Amino acid sequence: MKKINVGKKILSENEKYAFENILFLAEQKKLCLNMISSPGSGKTTILTRTISELKDKIKIGVIEGDIQTDIDAERIRATEAPAVQINTNGACHLSAAQISAALKKLPVKDLNLIFIENVGNLVCPSAFELGEDGKIVVLSVAEGDDKPAKYPAIFAKSKVLLVNKIDLLSGGQVDFDIERVKVDARRLNKGIEIFSISAKTGEGMADWYDWLLKSVEEK
Amino acid sequence: MLMHETMVAQSLLAAISDEAAKHNAKPIGAKISCGKLWAINDEALCFAFEAIARGTPCEGVKLDIEHKPIRGQCKKCAQSFEVELGAPFCDTSQNGNSLARPECSKCGSDDFELLPDGPLILEEIELQTD
Repeated sequence: MKKINVGKKILSENEKYAFENILFLAEQKKLCLNMISSPGSGKTTILTRTISELKDKIKIGVIEGDIQTDIDAERIRATEAPAVQINTNGACHLSAAQISAALKKLPVKDLNLIFIENVGNLVCPSAFELGEDGKIVVLSVAEGDDKPAKYPAIFAKSKVLLVNKIDLLSGGQVDFDIERVKVDARRLNKGIEIFSISAKTGEGMADWYDWLLKSVEEK
Repeated sequence: MLMHETMVAQSLLAAISDEAAKHNAKPIGAKISCGKLWAINDEALCFAFEAIARGTPCEGVKLDIEHKPIRGQCKKCAQSFEVELGAPFCDTSQNGNSLARPECSKCGSDDFELLPDGPLILEEIELQTD
């Protein structure tokens, strides 16, 4: 048996495409945000409300990732925003190559902001850079307040945490300590912006919009 | 199903095959390393590698996987230090089993940013000798 020292970095296909996407988005000066959460946290509802309420200020396009169906892209298109659906056929996350192809299908020049709605999953998508400017993690109150402690990587890497479905808290149907979530998320990531929202009632959305508009401006 | 360990296994298979071909020998083992944020499960990676290596020169290669710690850089004093993201903070009087606060090893500040995760590296391969 013979041992050979290699010490070679394996540049995965994903990293190559992610780098191309970074260059493309920088050249076009378009902000791109990667939304990550468990299934059912309300990502699509947040997007449809955001698109509708900001439509006089910015143009938003969406890349939708799902294992199957184009239900989400249809929901986005109902707002008249352009959407490209990617079906991963079983894969647990979107890859940078898929984003590169989807960017070519969107009318990027006419847009100010591109959202990527990743496959519902708090683990795998956090490990795959897509070339985005930042990650937005969404946590709905029904999922429980222990999620930053259990899935730290995504909270450590995200620019923004959206705590969604806060309308469920007022009736006391859900035990969810929002302060615990804030403390845990900031322990992992002191600079993380946290907005408590209800995409259903619109509560708290104004601060999220201000952050978005400021970020679009700064790109 | 293309789980993410399968994608990593494909890149590895290509790299190990290339290196072994340079030495004209059959690979029997490989040592790799990657940062913890790759979220690689050893069992899933070995399973995926075994499956895709079948019928290739890499069939039977045993993988030895090292997970490099996550590192952060202090925003106050620029010191870089190891960050344990998952360590529970067992102050049950407060709010149950929450997280420990990662702190700078030099100045103690808790304001840091995560440094890029350790890359996937093929550290070493073992070749069969006759």
